[in-house]
Amino acid sequence: MSNDARITKNEAENSSSAEQTRCGQCYRPNVDIIEKSDELLVVADVPGATGDSIDVDFEDGALTIRAAVAPREDNRNYLLREYGVGDFFRTFRVSEAIDAGKISAQCADGVLTLHLPKAEAAKPRKIAVQSA
Amino acid sequence: MVLGYLTPRHPAWQLREEMDRLLSGFFGDGNQPAARRGHPAVNVWETNESLWVELEVPGLKGDELDVSVVDNELSIKIERLDVHEDGVTYHRRERAVGAFARVLRLPVEVDANRVTAEMKHGVLTIELPKAPSARPRKIQVIAAE
Repeated sequence: MSNDARITKNEAENSSSAEQTRCGQCYRPNVDIIEKSDELLVVADVPGATGDSIDVDFEDGALTIRAAVAPREDNRNYLLREYGVGDFFRTFRVSEAIDAGKISAQCADGVLTLHLPKAEAAKPRKIAVQSA
Repeated sequence: MVLGYLTPRHPAWQLREEMDRLLSGFFGDGNQPAARRGHPAVNVWETNESLWVELEVPGLKGDELDVSVVDNELSIKIERLDVHEDGVTYHRRERAVGAFARVLRLPVEVDANRVTAEMKHGVLTIELPKAPSARPRKIQVIAAE
């Protein structure tokens, strides 16, 4: 299995020169990144986000996921507060072996699935050897 | 906080967690690297009429959850299946899979027949209406002449 399409993590704080205009906590979604022979699959947990509240950008080899989560009403009388609610944000640096024009995304039940098809040159190609 | 016993910091809770971890380490479950046992984090708040419990369970459908109320305990069981595929390379595996269970002792009596649970975009919200005896009642003060 070729390992050309490597993805490395960037800290969101460092990679982004622009700051958020909205105040409030931003969370890093948990992801699975799966490499198949013809595509990279990025699966991210973004509970509370809907398809139209998620922005996915691919620019200069950086894949950015931004998922807005509707804030809960803030006057709740909490008895137990174990997790915070806020937007999700994460950036990945992806190698250039991705066909950016064919990236597709689906969101269902709070899980975002991104398909990043590999560029033709990066796909493994089997070459038949003919016996003389 | 009055409800201190509900929190994971309580010694009794920590002991239980420790025992769970020990036992699961010895018997099964520990062999699958991706499977993690644990409890889902919850937010609990109350209104005059109800207790509300919310938890994030991305990727689960309503029928993959088991929510039940027995006496004054709310029990939530979740199983996130491992959808590992063969012949692929995992570069990152952060999303937890496995069985998760949580039992919450409720601080007030609730009407178990009217408990409702709603799943929306991976967030489960459970409403537990308080029993009539547990609701605050406003007492009218009559000024004496």
